[in-house]
Amino acid sequence: MMLGVLPFGLIAGVSAASVGLPVLEAILMSAIVFAGASQLVGLQLMATGSSVLVILTATFFVNLRMMMYSLSLVALFKYVTIPMRVLMAYLMTDQAYAYSINRFGLADASPNGHWYYLGIAVPLWILWMATTVIGVLLGAQLPEAWSLDFAIPLTFMALLFPAIKTKPMVIAAIVGGTVAVLAHGLPYNLGLICAALLGILAGVLSDPESRAS
Amino acid sequence: MSRTEIWITLLGMGLITFAIRASFLLFSEHFTLSRRLERALKYVPAAVLAAIITPTLVLPEGQIDLSITNVRLLAGIIAAIVAWRSRSILLTIVVGMAALWITQWLVG
Repeated sequence: MMLGVLPFGLIAGVSAASVGLPVLEAILMSAIVFAGASQLVGLQLMATGSSVLVILTATFFVNLRMMMYSLSLVALFKYVTIPMRVLMAYLMTDQAYAYSINRFGLADASPNGHWYYLGIAVPLWILWMATTVIGVLLGAQLPEAWSLDFAIPLTFMALLFPAIKTKPMVIAAIVGGTVAVLAHGLPYNLGLICAALLGILAGVLSDPESRAS
Repeated sequence: MSRTEIWITLLGMGLITFAIRASFLLFSEHFTLSRRLERALKYVPAAVLAAIITPTLVLPEGQIDLSITNVRLLAGIIAAIVAWRSRSILLTIVVGMAALWITQWLVG
């Protein structure tokens, strides 16, 4: 599961260095932001001379899906102190969300549900930082031929199928996937948000339960 | 970009991202999900995961590629079947990576 993070972190580190960020900034970027997709988008925008405002806007949209994760994980965070919530919020990733939702659903997790979440989130952070450092220090001398980044969609695939329990969920997935491809050209990763929202809408609309109310 | 500008950018990115992540979580107690919201949230995993996965398979170089030479798509389909049947993350990754390397070798 963590296998997919390895190349991603390396790429983040290498990209930061190659865009010209000093070593300190390049490494700390992964700690300050801790969101690979937006880091790579941000670095690309920095490389092409975009303004700070454009970069921040892009960051907002690329990471906006985490707001849905935040909402979905509300039950998991209920029994937990504020400082712990701050930590958990900081550590939130697609994987931490996907695994936790898979395990607990939207229901009230036991008072110890957050340990499961941390069990995913903390190792992931450590791996992320470690690979970033390696990437920054090694520079561009890494073998791309192994295509290890493919492990990321593979992980999500393994989490996707158990998540599809009903026919409306199949529809949500198909719509989400299709729109993501069609809307691929939109700037700021808007395609992903559109795909997610339309997928959710499609799911809700095809759910006989929602039509009844 | 000057070093100061870089720091402003990074801290800005960090703050925005954290705010998004923390948005509902810091107010957990005051927040119970309405039935309607719960119903909508049920579909987030399916929609979001599919939205993340599909472009990586269908748009390997940024262009739609549904041909048989799209090794990621081929490997992806094989992995999907394995994921569907086995529900095992480890097996999916192992078979998926193997499928990718084999098809890359066959096509490349």
